[in-house]
Amino acid sequence: MKRDAWIAVLLFALVALLPLSGEAYWMRLGTTMLMYGVLAMSWNFIGGMAGYPSFAVAAFFGLGAYTGAVAQKFGMPMGFAWAGAGLLALAFAALLGLALLRLRGHYFAIASLVVAEVLRELVNSMTGLTGGGMGLNLPIPAMASVDIQARFFFYAMLLLAAVTFAAMLLTANSKLGFGLRCIQQNESAADMLGVDTTLYKVSAFMLSGVFVGVAGAVYASWVYYIEPPDVFDVLYSVKAIVMVLLGGAGSMFGPLIGAAAFLSLEELVWRNYLQVHTGVLGLMIVLLVLFLPKGLLSLSQRLGRRKMP
Amino acid sequence: MSALLELSGVTRRFGGLRAVSDVTLSVAQGEVLGLIGPNGAGKTTLVNVITGVHPASAGRVRFAGEDITRLRPYLAARRGIARTFQIVQPFPGMTVLENVAAAAMFAGGVSYGKRARDEAMQHLRFVGLAEVAERSAAALTLAMRKRLEFAKGLAMRPKLLLLDEVNAGLNAAEVDQALALVRAIAARGVTVLIIEHLMKVVLSLCSRIAVLHHGELIAVGAPQTIIEDPQVIQAYLGKRYAKSQAGVHG
Repeated sequence: MKRDAWIAVLLFALVALLPLSGEAYWMRLGTTMLMYGVLAMSWNFIGGMAGYPSFAVAAFFGLGAYTGAVAQKFGMPMGFAWAGAGLLALAFAALLGLALLRLRGHYFAIASLVVAEVLRELVNSMTGLTGGGMGLNLPIPAMASVDIQARFFFYAMLLLAAVTFAAMLLTANSKLGFGLRCIQQNESAADMLGVDTTLYKVSAFMLSGVFVGVAGAVYASWVYYIEPPDVFDVLYSVKAIVMVLLGGAGSMFGPLIGAAAFLSLEELVWRNYLQVHTGVLGLMIVLLVLFLPKGLLSLSQRLGRRKMP
Repeated sequence: MSALLELSGVTRRFGGLRAVSDVTLSVAQGEVLGLIGPNGAGKTTLVNVITGVHPASAGRVRFAGEDITRLRPYLAARRGIARTFQIVQPFPGMTVLENVAAAAMFAGGVSYGKRARDEAMQHLRFVGLAEVAERSAAALTLAMRKRLEFAKGLAMRPKLLLLDEVNAGLNAAEVDQALALVRAIAARGVTVLIIEHLMKVVLSLCSRIAVLHHGELIAVGAPQTIIEDPQVIQAYLGKRYAKSQAGVHG
Protein backbone atom coordinates (compact mmCIF):
# COMPACT_ATOMS: atom_id res chain seq x y z
CA MET A 1 0.00 0.00 0.00
CA LYS A 2 2.82 2.41 0.88
CA ARG A 3 4.57 1.64 -2.38
CA ASP A 4 1.39 2.32 -4.35
CA ALA A 5 0.93 5.60 -2.50
CA TRP A 6 4.46 6.75 -3.34
CA ILE A 7 4.12 5.81 -6.98
CA ALA A 8 0.86 7.76 -7.08
CA VAL A 9 2.43 10.83 -5.47
CA LEU A 10 5.18 10.73 -8.07
CA LEU A 11 2.70 10.23 -10.88
CA PHE A 12 0.44 13.10 -9.82
CA ALA A 13 3.46 15.35 -9.27
CA LEU A 14 4.60 14.63 -12.83
CA VAL A 15 1.16 15.35 -14.24
CA ALA A 16 1.09 18.58 -12.23
CA LEU A 17 4.03 19.81 -14.34
CA LEU A 18 1.95 19.72 -17.53
CA PRO A 19 1.00 23.44 -17.46
CA LEU A 20 4.69 24.19 -18.02
CA SER A 21 4.12 23.24 -21.65
CA GLY A 22 2.06 26.43 -21.90
CA GLU A 23 -0.12 25.03 -24.68
CA ALA A 24 -3.89 25.29 -24.42
CA TYR A 25 -4.30 22.01 -26.34
CA TRP A 26 -2.29 20.02 -23.80
CA MET A 27 -4.09 21.69 -20.93
CA ARG A 28 -7.44 20.70 -22.34
CA LEU A 29 -6.25 17.17 -22.98
CA GLY A 30 -4.75 16.91 -19.51
CA THR A 31 -7.93 18.13 -17.82
CA THR A 32 -10.00 15.67 -19.84
CA MET A 33 -7.63 12.83 -19.01
CA LEU A 34 -7.88 13.55 -15.29
CA MET A 35 -11.65 13.71 -15.56
CA TYR A 36 -11.71 10.36 -17.36
CA GLY A 37 -9.40 9.07 -14.64
CA VAL A 38 -11.92 10.10 -11.96
CA LEU A 39 -14.74 8.35 -13.85
CA ALA A 40 -12.69 5.19 -14.34
CA MET A 41 -11.44 5.03 -10.75
CA SER A 42 -14.97 5.60 -9.51
CA TRP A 43 -16.31 2.75 -11.61
CA ASN A 44 -13.56 0.58 -10.15
CA PHE A 45 -15.24 0.73 -6.72
CA ILE A 46 -18.43 -0.93 -7.86
CA GLY A 47 -17.39 -2.67 -11.08
CA GLY A 48 -13.85 -3.73 -10.26
CA MET A 49 -13.94 -4.34 -6.51
CA ALA A 50 -17.54 -5.48 -5.97
CA GLY A 51 -17.97 -6.97 -9.44
CA TYR A 52 -21.22 -5.18 -10.21
CA PRO A 53 -21.20 -3.90 -13.83
CA SER A 54 -22.67 -0.44 -13.25
CA PHE A 55 -23.70 1.83 -16.10
CA ALA A 56 -24.69 4.59 -13.70
CA VAL A 57 -21.60 6.76 -14.23
CA ALA A 58 -23.42 8.97 -16.74
CA ALA A 59 -26.29 9.41 -14.27
CA PHE A 60 -23.96 10.60 -11.48
CA PHE A 61 -22.05 12.79 -13.91
CA GLY A 62 -25.13 14.53 -15.26
CA LEU A 63 -26.64 14.84 -11.81
CA GLY A 64 -23.44 16.47 -10.55
CA ALA A 65 -23.20 18.79 -13.54
CA TYR A 66 -26.78 20.00 -13.15
CA THR A 67 -26.59 20.27 -9.37
CA GLY A 68 -23.46 22.41 -9.66
CA ALA A 69 -24.95 24.52 -12.43
CA VAL A 70 -28.32 25.10 -10.75
CA ALA A 71 -26.67 25.86 -7.41
CA GLN A 72 -24.50 28.49 -9.08
CA LYS A 73 -27.51 29.86 -10.90
CA PHE A 74 -28.96 30.61 -7.47
CA GLY A 75 -25.77 32.36 -6.45
CA MET A 76 -23.93 29.65 -4.58
CA PRO A 77 -20.12 30.06 -4.76
CA MET A 78 -18.45 27.61 -7.14
CA GLY A 79 -16.61 25.58 -4.50
CA PHE A 80 -19.76 25.02 -2.47
CA ALA A 81 -21.70 24.13 -5.61
CA TRP A 82 -19.13 21.43 -6.40
CA ALA A 83 -19.28 20.04 -2.89
CA GLY A 84 -23.07 20.11 -3.02
CA ALA A 85 -23.00 18.18 -6.28
CA GLY A 86 -20.83 15.52 -4.63
CA LEU A 87 -23.13 15.24 -1.62
CA LEU A 88 -26.24 14.93 -3.76
CA ALA A 89 -24.59 12.26 -5.92
CA LEU A 90 -23.63 10.45 -2.69
CA ALA A 91 -27.19 10.52 -1.36
CA PHE A 92 -28.63 9.57 -4.73
CA ALA A 93 -26.22 6.63 -4.99
CA ALA A 94 -27.28 5.44 -1.54
CA LEU A 95 -30.97 5.39 -2.45
CA LEU A 96 -30.36 4.00 -5.91
CA GLY A 97 -28.05 1.34 -4.52
CA LEU A 98 -30.60 0.13 -2.00
CA ALA A 99 -33.04 -0.37 -4.85
CA LEU A 100 -30.79 -1.64 -7.65
CA LEU A 101 -28.18 -3.70 -5.88
CA ARG A 102 -30.73 -6.41 -5.19
CA LEU A 103 -30.31 -7.31 -8.84
CA ARG A 104 -27.31 -9.24 -10.02
CA GLY A 105 -25.28 -9.44 -13.22
CA HIS A 106 -26.98 -8.34 -16.42
CA TYR A 107 -30.14 -7.30 -14.62
CA PHE A 108 -28.22 -4.81 -12.52
CA ALA A 109 -26.36 -3.53 -15.59
CA ILE A 110 -29.58 -2.85 -17.50
CA ALA A 111 -31.29 -1.22 -14.52
CA SER A 112 -28.33 1.09 -13.93
CA LEU A 113 -28.23 1.94 -17.63
CA VAL A 114 -31.77 3.29 -17.53
CA VAL A 115 -31.12 5.69 -14.66
CA ALA A 116 -29.27 8.25 -16.78
CA GLU A 117 -32.10 8.23 -19.33
CA VAL A 118 -34.68 8.84 -16.62
CA LEU A 119 -32.68 11.72 -15.18
CA ARG A 120 -32.18 13.20 -18.62
CA GLU A 121 -35.92 13.21 -19.26
CA LEU A 122 -36.53 14.75 -15.85
CA VAL A 123 -34.03 17.53 -16.51
CA ASN A 124 -35.54 18.04 -19.96
CA SER A 125 -38.99 18.51 -18.52
CA MET A 126 -38.05 20.76 -15.57
CA THR A 127 -37.55 23.72 -17.86
CA GLY A 128 -37.98 26.34 -15.12
CA LEU A 129 -35.13 25.03 -13.04
CA THR A 130 -32.76 23.55 -15.58
CA GLY A 131 -33.57 25.32 -18.82
CA GLY A 132 -34.73 22.00 -20.24
CA GLY A 133 -33.52 21.21 -23.74
CA MET A 134 -32.15 24.72 -24.17
CA GLY A 135 -29.37 23.95 -21.75
CA LEU A 136 -27.98 26.03 -18.95
CA ASN A 137 -25.33 28.73 -18.96
CA LEU A 138 -22.97 28.98 -16.04
CA PRO A 139 -21.29 32.14 -14.77
CA ILE A 140 -17.84 32.51 -16.27
CA PRO A 141 -15.40 32.62 -13.37
CA ALA A 142 -13.78 36.02 -12.98
CA MET A 143 -10.16 35.27 -13.62
CA ALA A 144 -7.37 37.33 -15.10
CA SER A 145 -6.98 35.36 -18.32
CA VAL A 146 -8.14 32.36 -20.27
CA ASP A 147 -4.78 30.79 -19.53
CA ILE A 148 -5.18 31.07 -15.77
CA GLN A 149 -8.70 29.75 -16.07
CA ALA A 150 -7.47 26.68 -17.94
CA ARG A 151 -4.86 26.10 -15.26
CA PHE A 152 -7.38 26.49 -12.50
CA PHE A 153 -9.65 23.78 -13.88
CA PHE A 154 -6.70 21.53 -14.63
CA TYR A 155 -5.55 21.70 -11.02
CA ALA A 156 -9.10 21.28 -9.76
CA MET A 157 -9.41 18.03 -11.73
CA LEU A 158 -5.96 16.97 -10.59
CA LEU A 159 -6.93 17.46 -6.96
CA LEU A 160 -10.16 15.55 -7.49
CA ALA A 161 -8.32 12.71 -9.20
CA ALA A 162 -5.78 12.57 -6.36
CA VAL A 163 -8.56 12.44 -3.76
CA THR A 164 -10.36 9.71 -5.71
CA PHE A 165 -7.16 7.70 -5.95
CA ALA A 166 -6.53 8.07 -2.22
CA ALA A 167 -10.06 6.90 -1.48
CA MET A 168 -9.57 3.92 -3.75
CA LEU A 169 -6.25 2.98 -2.17
CA LEU A 170 -7.65 3.29 1.36
CA THR A 171 -10.72 1.26 0.45
CA ALA A 172 -8.75 -1.51 -1.22
CA ASN A 173 -6.59 -1.86 1.89
CA SER A 174 -9.41 -1.90 4.39
CA LYS A 175 -12.04 -4.25 5.69
CA LEU A 176 -14.48 -2.70 3.22
CA GLY A 177 -12.24 -3.52 0.26
CA PHE A 178 -11.68 -7.05 1.53
CA GLY A 179 -15.41 -7.59 1.96
CA LEU A 180 -16.02 -6.29 -1.55
CA ARG A 181 -13.52 -8.81 -2.91
CA CYS A 182 -15.43 -11.55 -1.10
CA ILE A 183 -18.69 -10.32 -2.63
CA GLN A 184 -17.12 -10.13 -6.07
CA GLN A 185 -15.99 -13.73 -5.88
CA ASN A 186 -19.01 -15.36 -4.30
CA GLU A 187 -21.76 -13.24 -2.86
CA SER A 188 -23.76 -15.97 -1.13
CA ALA A 189 -20.63 -17.41 0.46
CA ALA A 190 -19.70 -13.92 1.65
CA ASP A 191 -23.15 -13.58 3.18
CA MET A 192 -22.76 -16.89 5.04
CA LEU A 193 -19.41 -15.72 6.32
CA GLY A 194 -20.89 -12.70 8.03
CA VAL A 195 -20.35 -9.98 5.40
CA ASP A 196 -23.19 -7.44 5.48
CA THR A 197 -23.46 -7.57 1.70
CA THR A 198 -26.12 -4.86 1.35
CA LEU A 199 -24.11 -2.36 3.40
CA TYR A 200 -20.90 -3.14 1.56
CA LYS A 201 -22.40 -2.96 -1.91
CA VAL A 202 -24.22 0.29 -1.18
CA SER A 203 -21.00 1.77 0.26
CA ALA A 204 -19.14 0.82 -2.92
CA PHE A 205 -21.90 2.34 -5.03
CA MET A 206 -21.81 5.56 -3.00
CA LEU A 207 -18.05 5.78 -3.47
CA SER A 208 -18.55 5.21 -7.18
CA GLY A 209 -21.02 8.12 -7.29
CA VAL A 210 -19.62 10.89 -5.13
CA PHE A 211 -16.46 11.73 -7.08
CA VAL A 212 -18.22 11.46 -10.42
CA GLY A 213 -20.79 13.94 -9.12
CA VAL A 214 -18.06 16.44 -8.28
CA ALA A 215 -16.37 15.80 -11.64
CA GLY A 216 -19.65 16.62 -13.37
CA ALA A 217 -19.93 19.90 -11.49
CA VAL A 218 -16.31 20.83 -12.25
CA TYR A 219 -16.89 19.95 -15.89
CA ALA A 220 -19.97 22.17 -16.01
CA SER A 221 -18.03 25.13 -14.60
CA TRP A 222 -15.16 24.39 -16.96
CA VAL A 223 -17.19 24.41 -20.17
CA TYR A 224 -19.78 26.86 -18.76
CA TYR A 225 -22.63 25.57 -20.86
CA ILE A 226 -24.36 22.22 -20.35
CA GLU A 227 -27.33 20.52 -21.93
CA PRO A 228 -29.00 17.18 -21.09
CA PRO A 229 -27.74 15.05 -24.01
CA ASP A 230 -24.19 16.21 -23.32
CA VAL A 231 -23.87 15.45 -19.60
CA PHE A 232 -26.21 12.45 -19.43
CA ASP A 233 -24.42 10.84 -22.37
CA VAL A 234 -24.33 7.06 -21.89
CA LEU A 235 -20.85 7.16 -23.42
CA TYR A 236 -19.52 8.40 -20.07
CA SER A 237 -20.59 5.09 -18.55
CA VAL A 238 -19.24 3.06 -21.44
CA LYS A 239 -15.94 4.92 -21.52
CA ALA A 240 -15.40 4.46 -17.78
CA ILE A 241 -15.88 0.71 -18.15
CA VAL A 242 -13.68 0.47 -21.23
CA MET A 243 -10.93 2.45 -19.55
CA VAL A 244 -10.92 0.18 -16.49
CA LEU A 245 -10.94 -2.97 -18.61
CA LEU A 246 -8.19 -1.49 -20.73
CA GLY A 247 -6.01 -0.77 -17.74
CA GLY A 248 -6.91 -3.73 -15.54
CA ALA A 249 -10.04 -4.16 -13.46
CA GLY A 250 -9.76 -4.20 -9.69
CA SER A 251 -6.16 -2.95 -9.73
CA MET A 252 -4.95 0.36 -8.35
CA PHE A 253 -3.26 1.93 -11.35
CA GLY A 254 -5.35 0.16 -13.98
CA PRO A 255 -8.06 2.87 -14.18
CA LEU A 256 -5.52 5.70 -14.52
CA ILE A 257 -3.44 3.86 -17.11
CA GLY A 258 -6.63 2.92 -18.93
CA ALA A 259 -7.81 6.54 -18.91
CA ALA A 260 -4.51 7.78 -20.34
CA ALA A 261 -4.38 5.00 -22.94
CA PHE A 262 -7.99 5.48 -23.94
CA LEU A 263 -7.72 9.23 -24.34
CA SER A 264 -4.52 8.88 -26.38
CA LEU A 265 -6.22 6.38 -28.66
CA GLU A 266 -9.29 8.55 -28.92
CA GLU A 267 -7.25 11.60 -29.88
CA LEU A 268 -5.00 9.80 -32.34
CA VAL A 269 -7.83 7.98 -34.06
CA TRP A 270 -10.04 11.03 -34.11
CA ARG A 271 -7.31 13.13 -35.72
CA ASN A 272 -6.38 10.54 -38.33
CA TYR A 273 -9.71 8.95 -39.20
CA LEU A 274 -12.18 11.77 -39.06
CA GLN A 275 -14.91 9.87 -40.91
CA VAL A 276 -14.76 6.49 -39.21
CA HIS A 277 -13.08 7.29 -35.94
CA THR A 278 -15.65 5.64 -33.66
CA GLY A 279 -15.49 2.49 -35.77
CA VAL A 280 -11.70 2.30 -35.61
CA LEU A 281 -11.72 3.05 -31.91
CA GLY A 282 -14.31 0.35 -31.30
CA LEU A 283 -12.27 -2.18 -33.23
CA MET A 284 -9.13 -1.39 -31.26
CA ILE A 285 -11.01 -1.75 -27.99
CA VAL A 286 -12.44 -5.11 -29.04
CA LEU A 287 -8.98 -6.35 -29.97
CA LEU A 288 -7.47 -5.12 -26.73
CA VAL A 289 -10.14 -6.71 -24.58
CA LEU A 290 -9.92 -9.96 -26.55
CA PHE A 291 -6.17 -10.32 -26.36
CA LEU A 292 -5.53 -8.56 -23.06
CA PRO A 293 -8.60 -9.44 -20.97
CA LYS A 294 -6.84 -8.46 -17.79
CA GLY A 295 -5.79 -5.09 -19.12
CA LEU A 296 -2.57 -3.34 -20.02
CA LEU A 297 -1.21 -3.81 -16.50
CA SER A 298 -1.17 -7.57 -17.00
CA LEU A 299 1.26 -7.05 -19.86
CA SER A 300 4.11 -6.21 -17.50
CA GLN A 301 3.37 -9.22 -15.30
CA ARG A 302 3.17 -11.50 -18.33
CA LEU A 303 6.47 -10.31 -19.70
CA GLY A 304 7.99 -10.58 -16.25
CA ARG A 305 6.79 -14.14 -15.81
CA ARG A 306 8.19 -15.24 -19.12
CA LYS A 307 11.69 -14.43 -17.99
CA MET A 308 11.50 -17.05 -15.25
CA PRO A 309 12.57 -20.57 -16.16
CA MET B 1 -27.95 -30.03 29.12
CA SER B 2 -29.80 -27.03 27.77
CA ALA B 3 -30.93 -26.71 24.18
CA LEU B 4 -28.76 -24.53 21.96
CA LEU B 5 -30.95 -24.82 18.90
CA GLU B 6 -34.68 -25.37 18.99
CA LEU B 7 -36.84 -25.89 15.94
CA SER B 8 -40.57 -25.90 16.56
CA GLY B 9 -43.03 -26.75 13.81
CA VAL B 10 -40.63 -25.59 11.10
CA THR B 11 -42.01 -25.75 7.58
CA ARG B 12 -40.42 -24.50 4.39
CA ARG B 13 -42.40 -24.37 1.16
CA PHE B 14 -41.10 -23.78 -2.33
CA GLY B 15 -44.25 -23.03 -4.30
CA GLY B 16 -46.41 -26.11 -3.82
CA LEU B 17 -43.61 -28.27 -2.50
CA ARG B 18 -43.09 -28.71 1.22
CA ALA B 19 -39.36 -29.33 1.35
CA VAL B 20 -39.39 -29.34 5.14
CA SER B 21 -42.63 -30.09 6.91
CA ASP B 22 -43.47 -29.40 10.55
CA VAL B 23 -40.08 -30.32 12.01
CA THR B 24 -39.67 -30.03 15.76
CA LEU B 25 -36.20 -30.79 16.99
CA SER B 26 -33.80 -29.53 19.59
CA VAL B 27 -30.04 -29.75 19.63
CA ALA B 28 -28.43 -29.74 23.05
CA GLN B 29 -25.39 -27.68 23.93
CA GLY B 30 -22.25 -29.69 23.17
CA GLU B 31 -23.84 -32.63 21.40
CA VAL B 32 -23.07 -34.06 17.99
CA LEU B 33 -26.34 -34.64 16.21
CA GLY B 34 -26.47 -36.58 12.97
CA LEU B 35 -29.07 -35.67 10.37
CA ILE B 36 -29.72 -38.43 7.88
CA GLY B 37 -32.28 -39.23 5.24
CA PRO B 38 -32.54 -40.33 1.61
CA ASN B 39 -31.64 -37.89 -1.16
CA GLY B 40 -34.15 -35.08 -1.42
CA ALA B 41 -35.40 -35.56 2.12
CA GLY B 42 -34.88 -31.88 2.94
CA LYS B 43 -31.65 -32.04 4.94
CA THR B 44 -29.88 -29.19 3.18
CA THR B 45 -33.10 -27.16 3.17
CA LEU B 46 -33.25 -27.54 6.93
CA VAL B 47 -29.72 -26.15 7.18
CA ASN B 48 -30.76 -23.28 4.91
CA VAL B 49 -33.70 -22.58 7.19
CA ILE B 50 -31.48 -22.47 10.27
CA THR B 51 -28.93 -20.16 8.64
CA GLY B 52 -31.58 -17.84 7.23
CA VAL B 53 -30.84 -18.48 3.56
CA HIS B 54 -34.38 -19.76 3.07
CA PRO B 55 -36.28 -18.59 6.16
CA ALA B 56 -39.01 -20.88 7.49
CA SER B 57 -42.46 -20.45 5.92
CA ALA B 58 -43.99 -21.45 9.25
CA GLY B 59 -42.69 -22.34 12.69
CA ARG B 60 -39.92 -20.93 14.86
CA VAL B 61 -36.17 -21.31 15.06
CA ARG B 62 -34.58 -20.40 18.38
CA PHE B 63 -30.84 -20.22 18.92
CA ALA B 64 -29.25 -19.71 22.33
CA GLY B 65 -32.63 -18.64 23.68
CA GLU B 66 -33.36 -16.07 20.98
CA ASP B 67 -35.69 -16.18 18.02
CA ILE B 68 -33.64 -16.24 14.80
CA THR B 69 -36.36 -17.38 12.39
CA ARG B 70 -36.11 -14.32 10.16
CA LEU B 71 -32.49 -13.38 10.79
CA ARG B 72 -30.44 -12.65 7.67
CA PRO B 73 -27.58 -15.11 7.00
CA TYR B 74 -24.76 -12.68 7.82
CA LEU B 75 -26.33 -11.91 11.20
CA ALA B 76 -26.85 -15.59 11.96
CA ALA B 77 -23.19 -16.10 11.11
CA ARG B 78 -22.15 -13.37 13.53
CA ARG B 79 -24.26 -14.93 16.29
CA GLY B 80 -22.26 -18.12 16.02
CA ILE B 81 -23.87 -20.33 13.41
CA ALA B 82 -21.29 -21.56 10.93
CA ARG B 83 -21.85 -23.96 8.09
CA THR B 84 -19.87 -25.84 5.53
CA PHE B 85 -21.28 -26.40 2.09
CA GLN B 86 -21.97 -29.70 0.44
CA ILE B 87 -20.49 -28.19 -2.70
CA VAL B 88 -17.48 -26.35 -1.33
CA GLN B 89 -17.52 -22.60 -1.84
CA PRO B 90 -14.15 -20.98 -1.36
CA PHE B 91 -13.28 -17.56 -2.76
CA PRO B 92 -11.27 -18.91 -5.69
CA GLY B 93 -9.24 -15.79 -6.38
CA MET B 94 -7.97 -15.49 -2.82
CA THR B 95 -5.30 -17.39 -1.00
CA VAL B 96 -6.23 -20.12 1.46
CA LEU B 97 -5.18 -17.82 4.28
CA GLU B 98 -7.32 -14.94 3.05
CA ASN B 99 -10.32 -17.25 2.83
CA VAL B 100 -10.00 -18.14 6.50
CA ALA B 101 -9.09 -14.57 7.49
CA ALA B 102 -12.34 -13.39 5.89
CA ALA B 103 -14.30 -15.75 8.13
CA ALA B 104 -12.38 -14.61 11.21
CA MET B 105 -12.92 -10.97 10.34
CA PHE B 106 -16.55 -10.84 9.32
CA ALA B 107 -18.12 -13.46 11.57
CA GLY B 108 -15.45 -13.99 14.21
CA GLY B 109 -15.16 -10.29 15.01
CA VAL B 110 -11.37 -10.21 14.67
CA SER B 111 -10.00 -6.88 13.49
CA TYR B 112 -8.74 -6.41 9.92
CA GLY B 113 -5.08 -7.05 9.20
CA LYS B 114 -2.41 -8.98 11.02
CA ARG B 115 -4.62 -10.27 13.82
CA ALA B 116 -7.05 -11.83 11.38
CA ARG B 117 -4.16 -13.40 9.50
CA ASP B 118 -2.63 -14.77 12.70
CA GLU B 119 -5.89 -16.27 13.79
CA ALA B 120 -6.47 -17.72 10.33
CA MET B 121 -3.04 -19.34 10.46
CA GLN B 122 -3.90 -21.02 13.76
CA HIS B 123 -6.99 -22.60 12.25
CA LEU B 124 -5.08 -23.67 9.17
CA ARG B 125 -2.52 -25.39 11.40
CA PHE B 126 -5.36 -27.12 13.25
CA VAL B 127 -6.83 -28.57 10.05
CA GLY B 128 -3.41 -29.28 8.56
CA LEU B 129 -3.36 -26.74 5.75
CA ALA B 130 -0.61 -24.48 7.07
CA GLU B 131 1.82 -25.40 4.27
CA VAL B 132 -0.60 -24.29 1.56
CA ALA B 133 -1.70 -21.08 3.31
CA GLU B 134 -0.35 -18.79 0.58
CA ARG B 135 -1.63 -20.89 -2.29
CA SER B 136 -4.71 -19.91 -4.28
CA ALA B 137 -7.84 -21.57 -2.91
CA ALA B 138 -8.75 -22.65 -6.44
CA ALA B 139 -5.62 -24.81 -6.61
CA LEU B 140 -6.55 -27.12 -3.72
CA THR B 141 -7.67 -30.72 -4.06
CA LEU B 142 -11.21 -31.59 -3.03
CA ALA B 143 -10.08 -33.08 0.29
CA MET B 144 -8.09 -29.93 1.02
CA ARG B 145 -11.03 -27.72 0.10
CA LYS B 146 -13.19 -29.62 2.53
CA ARG B 147 -10.61 -29.00 5.22
CA LEU B 148 -10.55 -25.36 4.20
CA GLU B 149 -14.29 -25.31 4.86
CA PHE B 150 -13.60 -26.63 8.35
CA ALA B 151 -11.01 -23.93 8.95
CA LYS B 152 -13.39 -21.24 7.72
CA GLY B 153 -16.14 -22.62 9.94
CA LEU B 154 -13.86 -22.58 12.97
CA ALA B 155 -12.61 -19.09 12.25
CA MET B 156 -16.17 -17.89 12.56
CA ARG B 157 -15.91 -18.82 16.26
CA PRO B 158 -19.11 -20.84 16.09
CA LYS B 159 -21.31 -22.08 18.86
CA LEU B 160 -23.02 -24.33 16.34
CA LEU B 161 -21.32 -25.86 13.34
CA LEU B 162 -23.49 -27.24 10.56
CA LEU B 163 -21.58 -29.74 8.44
CA ASP B 164 -23.26 -30.55 5.15
CA GLU B 165 -21.84 -33.77 3.72
CA VAL B 166 -18.25 -32.99 4.48
CA ASN B 167 -17.26 -36.49 3.42
CA ALA B 168 -18.94 -36.60 0.01
CA GLY B 169 -16.35 -37.37 -2.63
CA LEU B 170 -13.59 -38.27 -0.21
CA ASN B 171 -11.74 -41.60 -0.16
CA ALA B 172 -11.58 -43.82 2.93
CA ALA B 173 -8.35 -42.36 4.28
CA GLU B 174 -9.59 -38.81 3.78
CA VAL B 175 -12.87 -39.67 5.50
CA ASP B 176 -10.93 -40.90 8.54
CA GLN B 177 -9.01 -37.63 8.65
CA ALA B 178 -12.21 -35.62 8.41
CA LEU B 179 -13.75 -37.73 11.15
CA ALA B 180 -10.83 -37.03 13.45
CA LEU B 181 -11.26 -33.33 12.71
CA VAL B 182 -14.95 -33.35 13.61
CA ARG B 183 -14.11 -35.13 16.88
CA ALA B 184 -11.46 -32.55 17.68
CA ILE B 185 -13.88 -29.73 16.94
CA ALA B 186 -16.57 -31.27 19.13
CA ALA B 187 -14.01 -31.71 21.88
CA ARG B 188 -13.55 -27.93 21.85
CA GLY B 189 -17.15 -27.62 22.98
CA VAL B 190 -18.64 -26.70 19.63
CA THR B 191 -22.10 -28.13 19.07
CA VAL B 192 -22.20 -29.99 15.77
CA LEU B 193 -25.06 -30.86 13.46
CA ILE B 194 -23.78 -33.15 10.75
CA ILE B 195 -25.54 -34.21 7.57
CA GLU B 196 -24.04 -37.43 6.43
CA HIS B 197 -24.68 -40.39 4.17
CA LEU B 198 -21.95 -42.65 5.46
CA MET B 199 -23.50 -44.65 8.29
CA LYS B 200 -20.07 -45.57 9.58
CA VAL B 201 -19.37 -41.91 10.24
CA VAL B 202 -22.74 -41.18 11.76
CA LEU B 203 -22.70 -44.17 14.06
CA SER B 204 -19.22 -43.56 15.37
CA LEU B 205 -19.62 -39.82 15.79
CA CYS B 206 -23.10 -38.90 16.87
CA SER B 207 -24.73 -39.01 20.25
CA ARG B 208 -28.15 -38.80 18.61
CA ILE B 209 -29.51 -39.17 15.11
CA ALA B 210 -32.47 -37.45 13.46
CA VAL B 211 -34.01 -38.93 10.33
CA LEU B 212 -35.77 -36.85 7.67
CA HIS B 213 -37.96 -38.42 5.01
CA HIS B 214 -39.98 -36.42 2.47
CA GLY B 215 -39.37 -33.35 4.60
CA GLU B 216 -40.77 -34.91 7.75
CA LEU B 217 -38.89 -35.91 10.84
CA ILE B 218 -39.64 -39.62 11.21
CA ALA B 219 -37.33 -40.54 14.06
CA VAL B 220 -34.94 -39.06 16.59
CA GLY B 221 -32.89 -41.05 19.05
CA ALA B 222 -29.73 -42.90 19.96
CA PRO B 223 -27.87 -44.43 17.00
CA GLN B 224 -28.64 -48.01 17.95
CA THR B 225 -32.39 -47.51 18.24
CA ILE B 226 -32.45 -45.52 14.99
CA ILE B 227 -30.91 -48.22 12.83
CA GLU B 228 -33.45 -50.71 14.16
CA ASP B 229 -36.42 -48.41 13.73
CA PRO B 230 -38.75 -50.00 11.17
CA GLN B 231 -39.85 -46.61 9.82
CA VAL B 232 -36.24 -45.70 9.09
CA ILE B 233 -35.53 -49.02 7.43
CA GLN B 234 -38.65 -48.54 5.36
CA ALA B 235 -37.57 -45.05 4.28
CA TYR B 236 -34.21 -46.29 3.12
CA LEU B 237 -34.93 -49.77 1.83
CA GLY B 238 -38.65 -49.89 1.09
CA LYS B 239 -41.72 -51.46 2.69
CA ARG B 240 -41.14 -55.03 1.63
CA TYR B 241 -37.65 -55.15 3.02
CA ALA B 242 -38.88 -53.66 6.29
CA LYS B 243 -41.59 -56.33 6.53
CA SER B 244 -39.24 -59.19 5.82
CA GLN B 245 -36.85 -57.85 8.46
CA ALA B 246 -39.70 -57.64 10.95
CA GLY B 247 -40.57 -61.25 10.08
CA VAL B 248 -37.01 -62.43 10.71
CA HIS B 249 -36.74 -60.73 14.08
CA GLY B 250 -40.28 -61.29 15.22
